[in-house]
Amino acid sequence: MTDFFIGIMTKYNYWLYIILMMIGLYAMIVKNNLIKKIVGMNIFQTAIILFYISIGYKTNATIPIIKNAHGDHGTGAHKLIIHAADYINPLPHVLMLTAIVVSVATFGVALALSVKIYQRYQTLEEDEIRMRLREK
Amino acid sequence: MIKTFYPALLVIAPLLAALLCSGFSWIQKKFCYPIVLVGLAISLFSAFKLLMIVLTSGTIQYRMAGWAPPFGIEYRIDLLNAVVLLIVSAIALINLVASHKSVLQDMKEKLGAFYSVYVLFVTGLLGVVATGDLFNLYVLLEITSLTSYALIAMGDPDRSPIASLNYLFIGVIGASFYLLGVGYLYIMTGSLNMINVADILQNLHGSSAVLIGFIFCMLGLWIKMALFPLHIWLPNAYSYTSISVGRLIAPLMTKIMVYVMIRLMLNVFGFNYIFETLELSKVVVWIASIAIIAGGVMALAQKNVKKIFAYIIVSEIGYMVGGAWLGNQTGMTGSILHIINDAVMTFALFLVVGNITFCLKNAHLNNFKGLFSKMPWTMAGLVLAGFSIIGVPPTCGFFSKWYLILGGIEAGAYHFVGALIISSLICAILFFKIFEISFFESSIQNKQQNEHKNHDKIAGITEAPVSMLISLGLTSATLIILGVYSDSIVKNIITPFLTQYKMVI
Amino acid sequence: MDYITSIKPLLTVLVSLAVIPFLIVTSKKPNIRESCTFIAGGVKFLLVLSMLPAILAGNKIVFNMFEIASGVSIAFKVDGLGMLFAIVASSLWIVTSMYSIGYMRTLNEHGQTRYYCFFALAIFATIGVAFSANLLTLYLFYEILSLATYPLVTHHQDKKSRISGRRYLIFILGTSIALVLPAMLYCYHITGTLDFSIHGIFASGQISKPALTVVLLMFVFGFAKAGLMPFHSWLPAAMVAPTPVSALLHAVAVVKVGVFSIVRVIVCIFGIDLLASFNLGVVVASLASITIIVSSCIAMSQDELKRRLAFSTVSQLSYIILGVALLTPQGQLGGIIHIVMHAFGKITLFFCAGAIFVATGKKYISQMKGLGKQMPITFAAFFIGALGVIGLPPTGGFFSKWFILIGTIESTQKLFLIVLLLSSFLNAFYFLPIIYQAFFSKDEKEQNLPVQIKEAPLFCVIPIVITAIISVILFFTPNVFINLIKIALGI
Repeated sequence: MTDFFIGIMTKYNYWLYIILMMIGLYAMIVKNNLIKKIVGMNIFQTAIILFYISIGYKTNATIPIIKNAHGDHGTGAHKLIIHAADYINPLPHVLMLTAIVVSVATFGVALALSVKIYQRYQTLEEDEIRMRLREK
Repeated sequence: MIKTFYPALLVIAPLLAALLCSGFSWIQKKFCYPIVLVGLAISLFSAFKLLMIVLTSGTIQYRMAGWAPPFGIEYRIDLLNAVVLLIVSAIALINLVASHKSVLQDMKEKLGAFYSVYVLFVTGLLGVVATGDLFNLYVLLEITSLTSYALIAMGDPDRSPIASLNYLFIGVIGASFYLLGVGYLYIMTGSLNMINVADILQNLHGSSAVLIGFIFCMLGLWIKMALFPLHIWLPNAYSYTSISVGRLIAPLMTKIMVYVMIRLMLNVFGFNYIFETLELSKVVVWIASIAIIAGGVMALAQKNVKKIFAYIIVSEIGYMVGGAWLGNQTGMTGSILHIINDAVMTFALFLVVGNITFCLKNAHLNNFKGLFSKMPWTMAGLVLAGFSIIGVPPTCGFFSKWYLILGGIEAGAYHFVGALIISSLICAILFFKIFEISFFESSIQNKQQNEHKNHDKIAGITEAPVSMLISLGLTSATLIILGVYSDSIVKNIITPFLTQYKMVI
Repeated sequence: MDYITSIKPLLTVLVSLAVIPFLIVTSKKPNIRESCTFIAGGVKFLLVLSMLPAILAGNKIVFNMFEIASGVSIAFKVDGLGMLFAIVASSLWIVTSMYSIGYMRTLNEHGQTRYYCFFALAIFATIGVAFSANLLTLYLFYEILSLATYPLVTHHQDKKSRISGRRYLIFILGTSIALVLPAMLYCYHITGTLDFSIHGIFASGQISKPALTVVLLMFVFGFAKAGLMPFHSWLPAAMVAPTPVSALLHAVAVVKVGVFSIVRVIVCIFGIDLLASFNLGVVVASLASITIIVSSCIAMSQDELKRRLAFSTVSQLSYIILGVALLTPQGQLGGIIHIVMHAFGKITLFFCAGAIFVATGKKYISQMKGLGKQMPITFAAFFIGALGVIGLPPTGGFFSKWFILIGTIESTQKLFLIVLLLSSFLNAFYFLPIIYQAFFSKDEKEQNLPVQIKEAPLFCVIPIVITAIISVILFFTPNVFINLIKIALGI
């Protein structure tokens, strides 16, 4: 039993993203209001972004800016020994910049679509829209 | 390594065209069409050149901005994606020409927006096919998806925004799953370059993280390609959109997803991992068989021709997935051949729908009465495309079916063979239902009606504009040419590709 | 025996395809349009004949088009069997074209250009089947034929033809996709080839008896154009078509393509020896026998002349299958030569039925009492055609029945002998009363009517006379065909 908890505790970041993801998925499936669904979708995407951020992290490491790495010949940058373990992995973070842009764009498109739907039906409740469609 | 700038040109040209086009849409709308036309023509030319280069001197590796992989992004053009690129750019260009008139008819005020989103969609697709980087693939996939949401929403004002929004929700889940899968692969390998990842993965076959990554990737792609239980978004999205969009998205989007799946299966995870370490293939072939039948059965229930064709796509996806997962060379050959053939077949079908909707304003089956005499050329195209879907030789559909069935027999997957044959029969019923309606019930009833109130409505139907007919004629001719030359496609492109990636039994 | 590579088979096949654009262009001028058909028919027939000496000398003419998959290509090979079938189909196309002119113009049918185009397409596919060098090529042309004949069957575009057309397609296309295609692919999977060979493509021990039985039955039923019961009912349904279509396609081209395909599969895919060693000929022969007897009985009960002829065709087709399935030389000879003999006999009968319809508008046998006096030529020809189908001298039909009978004696399957004799009686029973009624009984009701009934137009009568005369000539000179078959089968 303790092993189980330790398993959860040491990999808490994964559990966290799974929980967030499920919250988002729940909203997308269950909620009736289109805006709530869109927010759910955003939570879903954010969960994955957080997952990526967390995999780049290392304990006791610092931001990956290497002092004197460029141009400063006087102090002898080549003497400096760089341990990768001292720096957190920047790549997932950079990737997530792109992913954030993507998710913002998706969010925008989704909102634009819901505006269009609202103009057409004067409502954002999915069941009402369905009812209108059936009447046609 | 071959030095060539075509891989970049291929993607950059339509991207710039999109930019210019949206700029010009504020100034002078009539420039939009020529700009986009030139952009896509450059793409087509580069795709053709790439295919020639690949055929003569092998795989091209292009480093974006000169960064060497695994750090930089690599565009990797081998035999398979050279062909797919050619198909994508050709279909995009032909469709652009064919839909010029109907775009003017449907969305006059949104011309600039339409053309720039259109060309951006093609950019995304070309990028997805050309790239050799897992994350870059995700980004381009999302470019494609986002633009396709926008394009689909431009259709029928009542239904298309809702269909598009539903597609968006499901599409986001699919793309996110893929991204998640890539995340797990990154954790295990520390790389995003496909070839590099594949090298590292060879020693990690037992890892559960790789398994999870694999499953997430596949699940994401299956959602995106609308494999049967995950297909619900497709029929509405494809049938309520305007036809010039449907014609572009329907043949390409799902097929490209199948391409990505095959690329991941062969290039990243490797044949051995999927078919020897994992024992999933039987399950997936079963799912594919069910998809084939279910797609056909649902198509039978439809009254709108666009929806019928949309469900046929669902069924065809089953063909390709099943073929790829049979686990032998013949099945994989059939699957790849079917990507090419099905893209052209579906395109021909939707071109026909386009011509009909252009003249009749909608594609309900009841309006098809007497169409054979009124639109003989369009209907001839429909007959040819229909025969290809049914799998009548010498159209190309027969030959991919040939390989798929042989692969099924080789693998002992007789349920898959049965599903393919039943689906051929269902397609025969579907198409002859359409032919029957348009061949019979014509002369007498309509003549009487013509004399009365419906005079201008029915008598006014004539053949579609020449530009549309020429596009249809070209595509239909391709159906036969692809069929006749299917052996040289297999021998020169697919088999070398499969041997290159060690898919040898 | 030599293989001669020549483009002639391809040209022969393509002639009727090439004429279609001309037909469409000249659609406004019927006379030129019909002459185009005639020219194409003549060229085709001459091309076929030009290959005859080489074939009779024991050679084979081959032409490869392109490869489809490893070991399979689209290719033509002319051997004795194909030659025999091609002669029949191409010569009858000319005769039928002439008949079509008389029939279609007298009845003032619509869509005549479409009719001639699809007719040419159907002949294209028929000759393609005859000259196929492998099963895939045969399948390709078989499918084209199925689809090309659909607009002909449904020519009238009314409700009745729609229903019939649907049944036609379901049976023909459905069986070929569901049964032939998988069976063909299975053969390819096992042997890696589909080329016709006189010894069959299976090496000994390559296939087990149960598998062979299943595949054989899939082929025999799958080629539903041969009308083996229970897949026969498309043929009576297809009788809604105009009579020239029924005559050429549903007495000669389409149905014979079905039979021809079965013969090809039995002889050149499985091989006589393999089937004989598993004793499977009896299975097919029994199926054929059942069809012969049952459909003859059904034919007797039909009052519509064309339907009676259709059921008669169903039973006669099974003679051919029976003859070949006996797996003895004489039986095969009789079966295959029946393709020729039955073709000329049955087409005469159909032409007569059409001529009666054109001249009088009558479709039912019960209305035809006393017509013989007004239409003596037609009914005389009908008599000759009927003799040919029953198998009595002086018509060619006698030889096919004779050889099949010898075949049954050779094969020591006495049961089939009884089937043959019984069915010949049945044949006589459903044909001869028609002629008797026409000449010797009077219809009381119609006697008072003032309408004068004359012979059908000249364009209808001449073809009838031609085919009837050929039926008789075949009795005296069947040697060409017999030699062709002997060369093909190597006996």
